Parts: sequence; C-alpha cells; structure tokens
Amino acid sequence: MATGKDTSQLYEEFVKGIWKENPVFVIVLGMCPTLAVTNSAINGVAMAAATMFVLVGSSLLISLLRNWIPNQVRISAYIVVIATFVTVVDFSLEAIAPKVHRELGAFIALIVVNCIIMGRAEAFAAKNTPMRSLLDALGMGLGFTLALLLMGSVREILGNGSLFGINLLGPHFESWVIMILPPGGFIMLGVWLLVFAAFKERKQKKRLEAERRAA
Amino acid sequence: MSESSATSVHEAPPVKSWVLVFTLTLLGLISGLCIVGAFQLTLPTITSNKAKALRAAVFEVVPGAKQMQPMVWDGSALAAAAKDVVGSTIYASYDSAGVFMGYAIPAEGPGFQDNIRLIYGYLPGTKRIVGMKVLESRETPGLGDKIYKDDKFVGEFRDLAVEPQVVVVKGHGADPNQVDAITGATISSKSVVKIVNAGNESWLPRLPAPGQEPPPPGKGGL
Repeated sequence: MATGKDTSQLYEEFVKGIWKENPVFVIVLGMCPTLAVTNSAINGVAMAAATMFVLVGSSLLISLLRNWIPNQVRISAYIVVIATFVTVVDFSLEAIAPKVHRELGAFIALIVVNCIIMGRAEAFAAKNTPMRSLLDALGMGLGFTLALLLMGSVREILGNGSLFGINLLGPHFESWVIMILPPGGFIMLGVWLLVFAAFKERKQKKRLEAERRAA
Repeated sequence: MSESSATSVHEAPPVKSWVLVFTLTLLGLISGLCIVGAFQLTLPTITSNKAKALRAAVFEVVPGAKQMQPMVWDGSALAAAAKDVVGSTIYASYDSAGVFMGYAIPAEGPGFQDNIRLIYGYLPGTKRIVGMKVLESRETPGLGDKIYKDDKFVGEFRDLAVEPQVVVVKGHGADPNQVDAITGATISSKSVVKIVNAGNESWLPRLPAPGQEPPPPGKGGL
C-alpha cells in the first residue's frame, strides 16, 4: 500500500514538469534559449538535450550534497556545480559533435545562467531526496525539450518551409522570414502560452462543473 | 539538545566561518579538477577534428586535390611551413601524382553579426576562384546562413574570375567576376565577397611565380 503510494508520488514528480508545470509554457523560465535558439527544430532539440544533461547532473549532485552545503554559501556552491557541468558539456560537445557545437555557439556557455537549472536546484533539489530530484530534473528537462521542439518546429516550418532540415512545403512556399528572426520567437512564445493557458482553463472549467454536479 | 532544536526552528544553527570557506574551496578544487580533466580528455579529439575539417575544406575548395602543403608568410617571403616560422598560412594543393594545382586561401572579416571565417580555392594558372567554403559564421539562420547553405550562392564561386575584382550584383550577373547576391541576405553576400577580395589583395601578390611552387609534402617539402 505504502509503496504503491510512493510510486505514484514519484511518478507525479516526473510527469509534472512535462505538462502541468512545464518550465517554459507554465512556469515561464529559461526564456533566453527558448527565444534565441529555436529558429530551427534541430537547434532547439540540441540545446534542450545539453540543458537537460546539465539539469539532471546538477540536480542529482546538489541533492546528494544538500546536507553538507551550509545554507549561507549554497548559491555559490550551486553555481560552481552548474558551471562545472556546463564546461564539461561544452568540451564534450565540441569533441563529439563539432557541427552542433558550432551551431549553438555561445548559447552553450549561457546554460550556466539558465534559470530552470538554478530554479530547480534552489526550489527542489536542495530540499528533496536524490531519487525525487532526479525524477524532477528528468521531467523538467523533458518539458523543456518539448517546449523548444514545439517552438523550433513551428518557427522552422513557417520561416523556412522545412522541418529538421527536410523541405516540407516545396519551392513555391514564400517563407515568413520574420518567424526565424527574434520577433518570430516572441510571437511564437505568445501563441504557445495562449494554447497552454486555454488547455488549463478548459480543464479547470470541467473540474468545476464536475464538482457542481456532484454537489 | 532540546534548546538547540528549539532555536533551529527559527534560525539555522550558526556555522563556523572556516566551514563556509572550506566548503567552497573544496568545491572549487573538485570543479577545477573536473574541468581540467575534461579539457585534457577532449583536447586530442578536438584538435584532430579541427585538422580533419581543415583538410576536408582544402580538398573541397580545390576540387581534385589529394595532398596539401601549408605555406607560411613570415612578413617577407612565402615558404613551406617549418616549425619555428609563425605567420598567416595558406595551403598549396596537389593532385595524387603530386602535380601542383592551386592554393586554398583562408580569409576572415566582419559579416552581418560576427566575423565570417572562410576558405577559398584559387588557381593561379587560370586566375580563377574554384571553390569557397564558410568555416565559421553566426549569420542569421534562414537568411544570412544561405552563404553556405544555398547551393546556388556557393556555386557562384566554382568558377569566378578575380580580375579586376569580384563584385556582387542583384539579379543575374553574366560577367565571370560577378556573384549574384542572396535575396534577403545582401549584407552577408557582400561580406563574403569583400572577404574574398581582401584575401586576394593580400595574398595574390605574395604567391610564387608560376613554376616555382613548392614541392608537394614528402618530396623535399615538409
């Protein structure tokens, strides 16, 4: 009985980041990469994968160290842990996938200041067990990946007529160049926020209605 | 015991200063070791990746080339690269039999957003550019990045006269020294041509006279 409850709690820890508490579309964190590197689907996914690796690694480590790190120096300690992970990712990516590394450029280094990572460290990993922190980070990372994929796909399709570099709309499609420029990022973000908010509202309405009927 | 637990409800127990310093120092030390370790581990791969990419680029911009010989300009003369000579480098290219073909000339300059680094192949015999490859750029994705993604634009550099100099035209240029600008990326197109012209200006007068090219590597060369 108890283990069943635990499992469902752990599961909840994992899935909340993907949809209900999506870091980008619901909590609205990590806007810099969301706007800057989502001009194509592949860039978005590569950025999200790098971020997810740092997020999972640092959440797990910070959770393991949470009882050893004094409260007064915790922020500096988190930054050191996160910066180390990012530097290692930067080197590894340059060695393993130089092409992706070149595309993402300076944005890899900027993962250090991604507020999703710092936010999860401070709000979750510092107070929870390694297992729960790991699941939370994985869920949030997947949520971030989903968000960047959604942003990048639509922007690439409208702005370039292609998806993952494969031409979809043929040579006669007049691309909406603005979609791959910075303003397109803001427009797309607004549209997706609207979609997520509409989903949320509909769900809430349904719940209220069900409650009323039950009453 | 009960007293200390009572205070901890309201505020964290005092931590000695040296503990704070020690924690951060230890973390910094471990972090430093991790970073240096990762750097040392990846350095050989990164270096060999770069060398491989350079080789591939040289052979791409001088079609048919199979061997290359770096040549360094030391300020007064162009000679096959030696260990203690530093300076800007171009790459003499040879076919598989070791017959000289042309030069691959790296050049860089400002683009629309950041410096563009490229390499182009030049045949002194015909005074033509025969290939161009962008090595590094941060041009706008979908627009400026067509300087290397658009086959038509890149194709303009497969047979391009350099005299009197390369010019950018809108629409269709018919002359052998004309490059058609990319629609929506005129600045990036102009930047590429400007970089190529600057490269020609500084390198073409330095090239050895025809017939006096250095021998291919392994045959009296490096």
